[in-house]
Amino acid sequence: MDMNEIKEIFFQECEEQLAELESGLLKLNDGDRDPETVNAVFRAVHSIKGGAGAFGLDDLVSFAHVFETTLDCVRSNRLEPNQDVLKVMLRSADVLADLTNAARDGGGVDEARSRQLIKELEALANGELPQAAAESAPKTTPAGVAPAAPVVNEEGFQPVAFSFDDFETGDEPTIEPSTYEIVFKPKSELYAKGNDATLLLRDLSRLGEMSIHCDMDTLPPLDRMNPEEAYFSWKISLKTDKGEEAIRSVFEFAEWDCELDVALAGGTVGMDEDLPMQPVPFDLSILEDEAQAPAGKEDRAAASEGDPRNAAVAAAQTASNVLQMAQSTARVSPENARNSQSASAAQAAAQQAASAATPTIRVDLDRVDRLINLVGELVINQAMLSQSVIENDTNGTSSINMGLEELQQLTREIQDSVMAIRAQPVKPVFQRMSRIVREIADMTGKSVRLITEGENTEVDKTVIDKLAEPLTHMIRNAVDHGLETPEKRVAAGKNPEGTVRLTAKHRSGRIVIELADDGAGINREKVRQKAIDNDLIAADANLSDEEVDNLIFHAGFSTADKISDISGRGVGMDVVKRSIQALGGRINISSKPGQGSIFTMSLPLTLAVLDGMVVTVANQTLVVPLTAIVETLQPEASAIHSFGSSQRLISIRDSFCPLVDVGRILNFRGAQANPVEGVALLVESEGGGQRALMVDAIQGQRQVVIKSLEANYTHVPGIAAATILGDGRVALILDVDAIVAASRGQSLKPEMSLAAAG
Amino acid sequence: MTNAAKHLTNGGRELIAFRVGDQEFCVNIMSVREIRGWTPATPMPHAPAYVLGVINLRGAVLPIVDFSARLGMKAAEPTVRHVIIVAQVKSRVVGLLVDAVSDILTVSDRDIQPTPDIASDFERSFARGVLAIEGRMICLVELDSVFPSEEREAA
Repeated sequence: MDMNEIKEIFFQECEEQLAELESGLLKLNDGDRDPETVNAVFRAVHSIKGGAGAFGLDDLVSFAHVFETTLDCVRSNRLEPNQDVLKVMLRSADVLADLTNAARDGGGVDEARSRQLIKELEALANGELPQAAAESAPKTTPAGVAPAAPVVNEEGFQPVAFSFDDFETGDEPTIEPSTYEIVFKPKSELYAKGNDATLLLRDLSRLGEMSIHCDMDTLPPLDRMNPEEAYFSWKISLKTDKGEEAIRSVFEFAEWDCELDVALAGGTVGMDEDLPMQPVPFDLSILEDEAQAPAGKEDRAAASEGDPRNAAVAAAQTASNVLQMAQSTARVSPENARNSQSASAAQAAAQQAASAATPTIRVDLDRVDRLINLVGELVINQAMLSQSVIENDTNGTSSINMGLEELQQLTREIQDSVMAIRAQPVKPVFQRMSRIVREIADMTGKSVRLITEGENTEVDKTVIDKLAEPLTHMIRNAVDHGLETPEKRVAAGKNPEGTVRLTAKHRSGRIVIELADDGAGINREKVRQKAIDNDLIAADANLSDEEVDNLIFHAGFSTADKISDISGRGVGMDVVKRSIQALGGRINISSKPGQGSIFTMSLPLTLAVLDGMVVTVANQTLVVPLTAIVETLQPEASAIHSFGSSQRLISIRDSFCPLVDVGRILNFRGAQANPVEGVALLVESEGGGQRALMVDAIQGQRQVVIKSLEANYTHVPGIAAATILGDGRVALILDVDAIVAASRGQSLKPEMSLAAAG
Repeated sequence: MTNAAKHLTNGGRELIAFRVGDQEFCVNIMSVREIRGWTPATPMPHAPAYVLGVINLRGAVLPIVDFSARLGMKAAEPTVRHVIIVAQVKSRVVGLLVDAVSDILTVSDRDIQPTPDIASDFERSFARGVLAIEGRMICLVELDSVFPSEEREAA
């Protein structure tokens, strides 16, 4: 494995960490105050920083460091993660993602933006609350000196003043030498990752005078020893003037793989590992029932809860927290309350284990693709085999038939399992959308809330990858044009904060993705006017609301420069529609003036197979996607009506539906076939228009493997793709929407030109 | 180093010669992937007359061009004796229907004569030159111009 491969793995992991980071921040934003969520967020930034450091990605490291510092304030309850704080953090997560991408692809980043965020993050870490929050929060000063509220004293804290100038210079804090008691218990993960406890201890010894005692009590007899397990722990007594932060930084990269307990000897606790304060005596009378030598992280957390800056607001909370903690400590390890750190670590580990996903492996997508292709071949071969067995009429040899049936079942199962490998939740795409919403909201000065539902709905990876672009377009449109400005919303009696709801769900073998906004809805009058101006429709055209709404998907609407002001929709909507169609999907709009619009996309779960109806047209075998077919019927002569010179309509339950001869429209035959001799497939195209497609006969339903025509040939109008039938021949899969569009008058022009037509 | 590559370094190249009607053509052997018998093709709607349709080549969809019709000669009536030359043209794999494969030739660049100036623009566009071998005339074919290409579609 060379350096680039390792780097690639790092970036892949970064992507996961960034996703973790964003989802964690969003959870916090929704009011989740689970410490494990905060930890997960912190961990994500921390590991990005660690990896980036190893690769010398300095920009990334320095930003991640500042971010981490601020997150640590949240983690230690020194910073209340309110909406304003989280806004900064979410934007920082975006910048972190940008920096990661820049580091990977070598592109540039918006430096002004990252500098600005560094400032904001530092301000947060220094206890300066964002402007908006300042009023509701207790008045603070940058130096962190709060009025000494009486509650503080009750808690046993002394407000401490210190100069931030010292901090700003970044000099090693000058602290009186003090003795720390450190308990260091590595987990087996520490060794698994190639770290060595000896090296850590050696680093530690450089900080000052150290005495060390190895605890071998947990060492099992030799015959029960697991060589990969970690059995030793160390009790270290260190006299140093470097402060607790320095001690912890020794263990920085081992932090998650060991249990670490750092405490000042004599029952005092370092207030804070980031701020170089003098250790403040901490009256632990509250905890004295439980702890003789309070040392745990939670104790420290409690201590920082009581930090003067937050004291006023946090006092009541702190009291109850401490009580709760005391209880939980007692519950978890009643006989060893002193070791509350390890108890809480164990708790955290258990929680982590519970939420951890099942083990996974990372596989090159090409390999999976190859497997899918092979399974496709297997499906075809299996079908070929069945067909030849039927043709050769193996009457009586039931063992062959039984074997075939079993093969069929196995094939189907293999196919499903292979498809499942590629199935992934839509979550990453949805998460990316929250960023888009934030950016557009910032740009347009609107306040938007994105609600996502069904993010765990699974779809084929290729579908997910291709979903991002149209969704981005649509989200942009929804926020930019769909939602009104806060003033207008208030005037309309709505919540000034607009809501965009993104949902995904499975419905009858497809995935349905819905994007709803509670904006003004489509201004049909203006869309109509625009369409008339662009000669898309006649001035006196009689269109239903639905048809008007669908006009925004027209290419003419996307090129328009001022469309955003006019229709409220339409920028690039034809592109959206095309990419959805390219995925074999459909898109629908429903809009209510004043109440908003809903865009509904229905997509196949996979691009590899499709359920189709196999039909015969002019001696050719074609496949019609089952999802397009509403019903099939045998037309009777009395139901067929001529209309004008060449049109024919079929009456179905008192409504008239245009007949489309598939053989004629694909140019397979010159004259129209007699409808009475064929079968009509009633299909529904997007936009709701129904057509009766005339085919000669139906052979049956079958799942077919989709093969690209474009790979070796070219796009053929009216044909979506090809497939291979049981007899080894190629059959074409009909593009129903294109056929319906063609029957409306847009011709299916051959797009291929002659190479040397001369 | 393969034989073919050796020839190339010697300034020689190997060509596959094939017969269509009473004429002989050849293409660079490096672009030929395989030669297989005719199987019925699935016709494509709106395809030019020289595109016979598509066949299944081990799971891939392979378009078949009738070489004779492509050059404006009589359209072939494919039989089991016809041959499909499967060729790689840029990123695509396509099939060329011809009457029969006749020869493998090793020639050097010196042997290739320019296309005679009686040829029309159309013939010039696919002929890269002619070879005179043992009294036969063999036309060297530029495969790129025989098949519809993507760039031209976009135009």
